[in-house]
Amino acid sequence: MRTFGIGDLWFILEAAQWTVALSLIAFVGGALGGLAVALSRTCDLPLLRNASRVFILVFQGTPLLLQLFLVFFGAPVLGLDINPWVAAGVALILNTSAFLGEIWRGCIEAIPRGQREAAEALNLSYKSRMMKVILPQAFKIALPPTVGYMVQIIKGTSLAAIIGFTEVTRAGQIINNATFQPLIVFSVVAVIYFLLCWPLSLLAGRMERRRNAALAR
Amino acid sequence: MRFETGFSRIGFEASAKVFYEPPHHAGSIVNYTFQFGDVLAAWPLLLKGVWVTIQLSFLAMAIGLVVAIVCAWGKTEGPAPVRWLVNAYIEIIRNTPFLVQLFFFFFALPALGLRWSAHTAALTAMVVNLGAYATEIIRAGIESIPKGQIEAGLALSLNRLQIFRFVILKPALRAIFPALTSQFILLMLSSSVVSAISADDLTSVAANLQSQTFRSFEIYIVVAVIYLLLSLAFSALFKLISGRWLSYPERRS
Repeated sequence: MRTFGIGDLWFILEAAQWTVALSLIAFVGGALGGLAVALSRTCDLPLLRNASRVFILVFQGTPLLLQLFLVFFGAPVLGLDINPWVAAGVALILNTSAFLGEIWRGCIEAIPRGQREAAEALNLSYKSRMMKVILPQAFKIALPPTVGYMVQIIKGTSLAAIIGFTEVTRAGQIINNATFQPLIVFSVVAVIYFLLCWPLSLLAGRMERRRNAALAR
Repeated sequence: MRFETGFSRIGFEASAKVFYEPPHHAGSIVNYTFQFGDVLAAWPLLLKGVWVTIQLSFLAMAIGLVVAIVCAWGKTEGPAPVRWLVNAYIEIIRNTPFLVQLFFFFFALPALGLRWSAHTAALTAMVVNLGAYATEIIRAGIESIPKGQIEAGLALSLNRLQIFRFVILKPALRAIFPALTSQFILLMLSSSVVSAISADDLTSVAANLQSQTFRSFEIYIVVAVIYLLLSLAFSALFKLISGRWLSYPERRS
């Protein structure tokens, strides 16, 4: 048994890079997936609409941990060689797609109907209607909740520790097993998450207040 | 696609042949026979897990709501230090993962001399976690009450506690019911994380079954479906409750 030293702190900080990397992958992948889900959810084709509805229902109605397990234990069934890194990435991307898709659907639907009708009256195609009229307006509404959701993604990456991916939480567990100083170790881990998440929370809150102030005017 | 039949102990069988061509040995076909027999045979264990999950969620919700009401009161009515403390509590909990909070309660506090079981640690972590989120929801509810109603309470010479209890709380609870119930479902789903300290909830049962039967994929499919059914059932129940007891004609302004 040894005491918690600078080397342990360094080990945890190094693992924090993986938390950040995993969060970024989940966010970028989830943003692309989320856009697809949101567009399917608001499109005119019943098949796509229903498929995306079920997708959201399933991913919002089951625990992220179980989604992680299903990808991790399900991939070998499909004959895929999978490591915790890929499993965590895939599960988080799918989960984020569902949540961002649902958030963005609300933002797209918040754009007044008249905008869409005007775009249609101008004979704009679906693509230009979305790209030039609807999405730029929806983007402004979507920004604060999206930044807020990034906090959820960062926190969600901690579950990758359970399937053995060495990010901050797992690093904390490893160091705790070696030093038996859980109070210090998990405080350090918590502080790292806090430093990653809090600025985003503050930013999201500020954006929200600014938007509300702009709407109130 | 061709289907093959698999055999399992109690006769329930579902199997699929899955095609996949991995790049390193292209052309190979992987066979996997789904065997739900062992999982479904363990239904009494799963049922018990479901019960523990529901119980944990409801207990955490009930106690967490008390915490949240006290904190919301402290945040809106309390003196500056109390407000500061409540804010710190909310920000710390909302900006750290539940898993880390759980580890903190399960590993760190016992190191300080507190002895408790995984179940109690899990419940405490859930209460503390929910308390922070619910405080913000309840505060939003309190702030949705028009000032005139509070002034009317003051005019009736109610004291601050009475105003909070009789004027603010109930209509505020009505206003926040949707947010609170969706928070409950989130709580129930995130309670699966307590399996990490091997409490005895549904996911822990699944993890135990997995180590006995090695049918991980089947087990987690079944358990994920159970969670999905639980969240659908609860959201239907809450919709029923709000339609039955919380709907009333709104005054049009």
